[in-house]
Amino acid sequence: MSWTSLLALCAVSYALKAVGPLLAGGREIRGHARAALDLVAVPLLAALILVQSLSSGQHLAADARIPALGVAAILVWRRAPFLVVVLAAAATAAALRALG
Amino acid sequence: MTRATSIGVGVGVYGISFGVLAVAAGLSAAQACAMSALMFTGASQFAFVGVIAAGGGVGAAFTPAVMLALRNGAYALSLNSILPRRLHRRAVAAQFVIDETTAMARAEDDPALARSAFLATAISVWVFWTSGTLLGALVGHGIGDPRSLGLDAMFPAAFLALLAPQLRRPGAPVGAIVGGVAAVVLVPFIPTGLPIIASIVGVIPAVVAARKVTA
Repeated sequence: MSWTSLLALCAVSYALKAVGPLLAGGREIRGHARAALDLVAVPLLAALILVQSLSSGQHLAADARIPALGVAAILVWRRAPFLVVVLAAAATAAALRALG
Repeated sequence: MTRATSIGVGVGVYGISFGVLAVAAGLSAAQACAMSALMFTGASQFAFVGVIAAGGGVGAAFTPAVMLALRNGAYALSLNSILPRRLHRRAVAAQFVIDETTAMARAEDDPALARSAFLATAISVWVFWTSGTLLGALVGHGIGDPRSLGLDAMFPAAFLALLAPQLRRPGAPVGAIVGGVAAVVLVPFIPTGLPIIASIVGVIPAVVAARKVTA
């Protein structure tokens, strides 16, 4: 990972936060743009979940990550704390792989 | 203040997992900490190192990270009235506009209370997030094969925990399904990382569905 691209990403992230308050004054985003902004994270997160559970590189793959995601889903549904969800998923995958 | 601290502790734990995953993806501990201190927006950071860890290039990792950071821009606009007036202070405060600080500031009706909630949460979350990352990165360096410890299963679990509360919004379930399925279907056909970017098409049916609910 190069420092240049990492710092560029930090700069872009900051610019996104700062551009509104610094330029727009008291105006607010409304309408379609607001709705799209509110929802943009949803398909991205869903894609990250599924792609990172079901693929290795450019291939679809079924392995221990799928039951791990199932365990995570149950814990999220039961409103378990973030760390419990993440550690349980890792432990499930690790245990299944250790068992072969 | 106690609420700000307890949010900070939760974020610190989240920071530990980010640190572990960042070094497992090939970042140095210093880079992981720099991301947390300077980029300071958790979901984007996880998305970035997640795509890198899965074998995607920096370019492919950049876009989803930036798209996830877009909402901070909307938050910043909605907090406009409580951010400091003076330009340089405003510029500093903008760095701390994230999910947690926005939620805590919005929970207060009185502007003065909203400002102090924003400040307390900003300090608490920043300190715990960066120190959690450092701790995770240092611990993570001693870890052998990330797969044997199931670290690759941590990313989807983390994203699921972030997604779940958002699914209650009108339009969100259809957006999640369309985006998720589109990305998986595209995996064999386009370079690693790009299916995540392509999932953004899910915003369209989500907005359409949300309009039907509100209309």
